[in-house]
Amino acid sequence: MAALKIKKGSTSHSAYNLRPNFSDEIETHTLAVLVDNEPGVLARVIGLFSGRGYNIESLTVAEVDHTGKLSRITIVTTGTPQVIEQIKAQLGRIVPVHDVHDLTVEGPAVERELALFKVTGSGDKRVEALRLADIFRANAVDSTLESFVFELTGAPEKIDAFAELMRPLGLVEVARTGVAALSRGAE
Amino acid sequence: MTRQMTGAKMVVQALKDQGVDTVFGYPGGAVLPIYDEIFQQNDIRHILVRHEQGAVHAAEGYARSTGKVGVALVTSGPGATNAVTGLTDALLDSIPLVVLTGQVPTFMIGSDAFQEADTVGITRPCTKHNWLAKETDTLSETLHQAFHVARSGRPGPVLIDIPKDVQFASGTYTAPEKSDTSIYEPETKGDITAINELVEALEKAERPVFYTGGGVINSGPKASKLLRELVDATGIPITSTLMGLGAYPASGENWLGMLGMHGLYEANMAMHDCDLMINIGARFDDRITGLISAFSPGSTKVHIDIDPSSINKVIKADIPIVGDVESVLTDILKVWKARGRAVNREAIAKWQEQISDWRKVECLKYTQEGKTIKPQYALARLEALTKEHDRYITTEVGQHQMWAAQYLGFEDPNRWMTSGGLGTMGYGTPASIGVQVAHPDSLVINVAGEASWLMNMQEMGTAVQFRLPVKQFILNNERLGMVRQWQELLHGERYSHSWSEALPDFVKLAEAFGAKGIICSDPDDLDEAIMEMINYDGPVIFDCLVEKHENCFPMIPSGKPHNEMLLGEASTQGAIEAGGAVLV
Ligand SMILES: Cc1cc2nc3c(=O)[nH]c(=O)nc-3n(C[C@H](O)[C@H](O)[C@H](O)COP(=O)(O)OP(=O)(O)OC[C@H]3O[C@@H](n4cnc5c(N)ncnc54)[C@H](O)[C@@H]3O)c2cc1C
Ligand SMILES: Cc1ncc(C[n+]2csc(CCOP(=O)(O)OP(=O)(O)O)c2C)c(N)n1
Repeated sequence: MAALKIKKGSTSHSAYNLRPNFSDEIETHTLAVLVDNEPGVLARVIGLFSGRGYNIESLTVAEVDHTGKLSRITIVTTGTPQVIEQIKAQLGRIVPVHDVHDLTVEGPAVERELALFKVTGSGDKRVEALRLADIFRANAVDSTLESFVFELTGAPEKIDAFAELMRPLGLVEVARTGVAALSRGAE
Repeated sequence: MTRQMTGAKMVVQALKDQGVDTVFGYPGGAVLPIYDEIFQQNDIRHILVRHEQGAVHAAEGYARSTGKVGVALVTSGPGATNAVTGLTDALLDSIPLVVLTGQVPTFMIGSDAFQEADTVGITRPCTKHNWLAKETDTLSETLHQAFHVARSGRPGPVLIDIPKDVQFASGTYTAPEKSDTSIYEPETKGDITAINELVEALEKAERPVFYTGGGVINSGPKASKLLRELVDATGIPITSTLMGLGAYPASGENWLGMLGMHGLYEANMAMHDCDLMINIGARFDDRITGLISAFSPGSTKVHIDIDPSSINKVIKADIPIVGDVESVLTDILKVWKARGRAVNREAIAKWQEQISDWRKVECLKYTQEGKTIKPQYALARLEALTKEHDRYITTEVGQHQMWAAQYLGFEDPNRWMTSGGLGTMGYGTPASIGVQVAHPDSLVINVAGEASWLMNMQEMGTAVQFRLPVKQFILNNERLGMVRQWQELLHGERYSHSWSEALPDFVKLAEAFGAKGIICSDPDDLDEAIMEMINYDGPVIFDCLVEKHENCFPMIPSGKPHNEMLLGEASTQGAIEAGGAVLV
């Protein structure tokens, strides 16, 4: 299993930094976990988080390599640096886990989420909702005379901001996919 | 070579190809095809236990005393759920096991079929890995992978759930050497830069101590040999956890005794005051650290462990080394010798003097007087009368377990089998059976408390059936002694349900099983009774009636630092505060 092959002399830019600086501050990290897409693998990962009392802020999973049957699980989690290090080491122990990347320490990363918003209303509010959607580059993927469904892609903060703006304008339902993330650059 | 055979036959073939000679098991509907194959061969011995928990603990005893993978075979549903405690025990103590469970046929899974349980779901958190074998064609490869995962890296229990139709169907058998084990390849070689750093620290240290654990035993006998070489060449004192006893001999010059909650005064003081702590295959368990913020405040900490998740989990390591003990010790010795075998002899001599002063406290002192046997005395006599034997010890859980660790001396690894991490009462009897199966001519003794012993006493039937001369040495205080001790110290002496009432007559019980029973209550008769037990050629239940209210000391109360140890009755008044009482 690749994940247990700790890089020698790991630095703070490695997912397996064995000499971290422990502080009590809660940090948010985005982890990309490559796993064999076999039955139960998601249960192993989620069971690890619930069993050991770690947080899951967001979780996405899908097969990314159909021939190699590999899935990519993207997890956004929070904890002290010590807890984050534990989470990575514990994930690395799971047999079908190939690799764990901490995108938050491994350099800049792109994070995107897709969300759908159902906004109902009429008159000024409806016009304002449509105008804001335009500013956010959200698409209306369904419309009736009293409602829109907007589709928006972006960083989680952008999704949050849009939701805040829609709330007084008749937001009734939101569906979010959770974060998908990749490191920037050629590596 | 590939061959066609049924799934059931594959199971037996794979066990043979993995060098398995013994399986502990209990049959049922969902494993009948496998039992049918076992019936038709003579290479693998099947030991019929009396309860599936017993099968798993017996496999643990077998594994720990041989260094091999232990194997258990149980049926679906209740067979599998009965195995859960044993699996959890093996997971916490890093014992390599392969447990095979039967399952309802694939086409009935999910229908609440008779004796159906979601075994893979139930055992996911208590195994290192598990599989549901859905196809006969891949079953043999899964079996070989299971053995590989169980014994590689940090060892642990794995489970394969095999539906009955998969056992009946035919498929292609894959030999071990053709199986893909690249699915799991843990790093075993330590980072040489860190090893150099460690050697430099070791050369300069004024108050160094080795803190060793179960990882040394897991690594194999060669690791113990290298450890002895390093300790003796450097003259650095060494302590061990409960799980690592025997890696360094108890008669060794630098031996401090066990450390931790019920460890020796000198061991805990050395840990607290050292300037260099070299942890080899131990995991900073809470029985060891006590109050974390006050744990060995002045030391540089080296941590050698094969599992990256053990490092920095509890205590921050200044010099972390991920690797197998044997490999890392080989490199340490190489580097240290090449650099000129230096240590700070002068400072270490002073440190040894300090340690001698701590030894003078004689923290294990007790007085045997009157007509009641002190449990410590019983174990001291057991030690004296059995230490020259080819001896293996198992234990149950409680005060007797701690006294056994304190008063028995272990000269070699793999001689001491105890449930450390989970603390499973009922472990010792089946474990002693597993050990005796592996070492038929050795003296195997289970040091037990009467309450623990009752938890898996049905396994006496197994001992009698298979002529396994295990000695059940019960320190009978008619109390759940360890619980009673905590109630005395933490709960105002309110002894809520911590006594053993309506105990059986152990001599009659032994006879009912077809074993020998011995009872002893007089210290003057003890030696003779122990000799009778040793010399009896068959299983024995020894009912040793001991002092009922003896407490186990030394004791570091939960939530206290190492240097605030309770040494005896006089020091216990108000020693444990409310903050410590929430801890276990
Ligand atoms: C009633 C009771 C009281 C107890 N009191 C005490 C006490 O006073 N003192 C005490 O010591 N214990 C005590 N224990 C036991 C305690 O709970 C723990 O089980 C024990 O301390 C853990 O031992 P360990 O650190 O050696 O780790 P183990 O559980 O043996 O773990 C081994 C470590 O070594 C690593 N490892 C495994 N294989 C290798 C390898 N090949 N190479 C390198 N590393 C490897 C593993 O990853 C792991 O981190 C008590 C238990 C009970 C039930
Ligand atoms: C299965 C299980 N249940 C409960 C406990 C809690 N427990 C720890 S020690 C102990 C008492 C053990 O009594 P006994 O076996 O007589 O040993 P003693 O402490 O008296 O030597 C109990 C109940 C446990 N460790 N395991």
